[in-house]
Formats: sequence, structure tokens, C-alpha cells
Amino acid sequence: MAVRLDKPWIPLTETHVAKLAGHLGVYQLADASGDIVYIGVAGGHSLHGLKGELTQALQSPPAGAKQFRYEVNMAYHTRYVELLQAYRHDHGRLPAGNTDIDERHLGRLRLG
Amino acid sequence: MDLALSEEQKMIVAMVRQFVREEIVPLEDQLDPDADELPQDDYDRLIQKVKEMGLYGLDTPPEYGGPDIDLITRCLIAIECSQHRAGLYAPCYYVFGGARQAQLFEATEKQKAKYLHPMLRGEKKVFFGLSEPSGGSDPARAIRTRAVRDGDDWVLNGTKLWISGADRADYGLVFARTGDKSRSGVTCFIVETEWPGFNVRRIVHTLRSAKYATEIQLEDLRVPHENILGEVGGGFAIANDRLSRQRIPYAAECIGVAVKAHEMAIEYSKIRETFGAPLASRQGIQWMLVDNEIDIRTARWLVLDAAAKAERGEPFRTESALAKLVAAEASGRVVDRSMQIHGGLGVAKDLPLERWYREIRIRRIGEGPSEVQKHVVARDILGAGLR
Repeated sequence: MAVRLDKPWIPLTETHVAKLAGHLGVYQLADASGDIVYIGVAGGHSLHGLKGELTQALQSPPAGAKQFRYEVNMAYHTRYVELLQAYRHDHGRLPAGNTDIDERHLGRLRLG
Repeated sequence: MDLALSEEQKMIVAMVRQFVREEIVPLEDQLDPDADELPQDDYDRLIQKVKEMGLYGLDTPPEYGGPDIDLITRCLIAIECSQHRAGLYAPCYYVFGGARQAQLFEATEKQKAKYLHPMLRGEKKVFFGLSEPSGGSDPARAIRTRAVRDGDDWVLNGTKLWISGADRADYGLVFARTGDKSRSGVTCFIVETEWPGFNVRRIVHTLRSAKYATEIQLEDLRVPHENILGEVGGGFAIANDRLSRQRIPYAAECIGVAVKAHEMAIEYSKIRETFGAPLASRQGIQWMLVDNEIDIRTARWLVLDAAAKAERGEPFRTESALAKLVAAEASGRVVDRSMQIHGGLGVAKDLPLERWYREIRIRRIGEGPSEVQKHVVARDILGAGLR
């Protein structure tokens, strides 16, 4: 499995979110040019899983969010941490929308 | 052998049990089913409570500020501390503190000041870097990471796999080959994760969905000679010490999960009715519960026996291997049966059974697979001859 999520972006619209199922997993939101603005997780307490989380993102999107992509993953917790770490490795900071993360508890990846 | 608990042990067990049920379990309702960390304020508050209980710093010798308890009591605490959803790999979410890398007690005074004491104070995190893609159960032969002396430094190159917490650690113990393919050919180095050449390349996702392992790549990592832990060629003994003694409380943690799963199965079988009668009235269910009881009692006996032998200073390698082997296998069966008794509810994330089911499976592999434990026991009983 690739460390970074590199699936194609999907427009963050009601039509596209409605097609999602209630699986658990991780997702990313990006602005119109494909720059990631938020990394999220649909965990065990998420009502309706990815569909529920992205419906919420649609209703109150982080600043600039226009597109999304997702990955169904039962190891959602560790995958979420990995995506955050990979982003920080690439950009030196977390996505602008991830203001709820305590960076002291986030590990460091040094990707090749 | 008398396995009756002393009054002090009974008191400690009761105190820890109450702590787990009243302080830890209620918090889990608010956490993700796969969480392995508490919110910081809860974590700080509960550490203070554990300190007031006099039990903070498990596995830390009393002279370094840990509680003065023997290995049997340590195992009894482990059985209690794992009786919650995250309990197998994050017992009580680490609020009992403790020495994660006990090998650092063997360090020089200078090394202790720099590396041991900050770890004990909870200021620094440490990882244990033994396993490699070539194997972990036979470190004397499997280790391919090489360390070559260069002036006052050693230069390390190689890959470590299945290493927990390396991405969040400040430093760690890394085992590398400095000699031939024998037990005396392995040396332990204290390595700081900020040094050039130390790279955590990836997270390894497993069944254990809250905790992950990592893969480390060492590329011309320069380590000062003074950062050798113990002696050159003494790494195997350091690693082996961990693999024998810590195996016993590790086995005890498995029992805690089995005890809780069994307790849940008993309760559920009494209230769940099928075809007009409670599950508990069915012989098929009763036998499953009896098998749970047999597995738990057998594992508990072996764990406490191993702890007692280690505590008396007697050889305990076989007992430790048997305890780990039986506790991991038996607890897996208990969780499986308890899940079966719960039916569909057993596999849902609403209950902790599904998480235990995944995580207990790893215990048959971690800290020495069942087959390696059998190998250890076989070697000892064949070497001892008839008894």
C-alpha cells in the first residue's frame, strides 16, 4: 500500500457524496487546485462512516474544500496517522484544516 | 505450590480492579473503539490517581522510584489492567507509567543520566529495535544490520522492521552485528532519532488498528562508542533478558482480556434467550463457558508459577515459555468462544470483543511465536533427560 493517498479527486458535491457507502476509512479534502486542506477519518463512532463524515464536510467544509478522495480502511486509525505524517513530511506542517491535532503526539516519518 | 494471595496482594488487586472499572472503562464510551490514547487532561488526572495509589512506575525498580512489588504481584496487576477495550496493548492507557525499556538499567551512570532518567520521568520516549526483515525470533543469527567501528564512532547500516513507537521516540536501543553470526556477534547501541541517517520509512499496518509498527532504515548512522549499552558483543544477553522476564507479565495481560471476555459471555448467556430459554441453559453454551474457565485457570496457574520461580531466583526459561505459549493460545480461544456466544453483537464495534479478537491473535506471534516457545521448552526437556 502506498504511503500517500493518490487516488483521483472527486468534486465535493451532494451528488458524489450521496454515492458513498457507510464504510470506515480515511479521506482528504482539497481546494480546486488539488492542495490538501484537511485529512479526516471515519472511525468506529462515525455515524454512517465515510458517507456521514463527508456529508458533514459538505455542510460545513473546511476553508477552500472543493474536492475529496477516500480510502476504505479498517485500520483507519493508523492510516489516518500515517497520512498526517506523510503530509507533514512533504510540507513541513499539517493541512490548514487540521487544527485539532496535537503535533507533539504525532510521530515523524522520513519518506524516501 | 501455594498460589493463595497475600492480604497485600488481595488489596492491590481490588484497588486496581476498582480503578479500571470506575476510571478507565467509563472513559472508553467516548473514545473511538480503536483508540489507544486518552485525552491529555484525563491522562494527567489518572496518573496522579495512580501515584496516590502508590503504583506509578510499574517495572521500575524501587531505587529508581517504582513501587516495591514482586513479579507475582506485577502479573496480578497486569491481569487487572488489561480488562478494558484497549487493555491488551494499551493497559490503562499507560497511566501506570513504568520502564518501557528495562535494559537501560544496565547503562553506565553517564548513559543513565542522559537516557534512563528522562525516560523514567516520562519526558522522553524510547523504542526497542531488534527485529529485522530477516527475522526476530533468532536475533543471534537473523540480525543483518551492521555496525563498523570508525574512530570514536560506529557506523550503522541496515533495516529494522516491526518496531513499535520509533516514529514518536526520542531515542532507542538498536541491535547490530559487530562480529560473526553468533550470540557474541551482536551489540546494542543507544541511538537518537534526530541523528542523520536514522529514518522511519513507513508505518506497517496490522490487525492492531490503534498501534502500529514501523520500518526503520539506518543509512551511515554514526553512533558514538560511548553509546554502546553494555559491552561490544553483549547485545544478545541484553535482548534475551527482555525476552525471558518480560514474557511473564506479557502473558498475564492476555489472561486479563480472557477474564473480561469470559465475564461478558457469562452475563450475556444469562440474559439472551433463544427458543424460549436463556443461552445459559443450553449445554452447548455451558460447555463453551466451561472450556473458557479451564483455559483461564490453566493459563493463570502457569503465569503465576513462572513468576514465582523467577521471583525465587530459580531458572524460569521453560516456565516463562510455557506461560506465554499457553496464555496467548488459551486467551485467543476464550475470546473466540465469547464472541460466538454473543452472536452478531460479538463482531460489532459496539463491544470490545472484536478488538480483542484481532489483537489477541497477534499475541501468538509477538514476543516469540508459539512455535518458538515450544522450541525453547523442547530444548530444555530434551536436554534435561528423564525426570
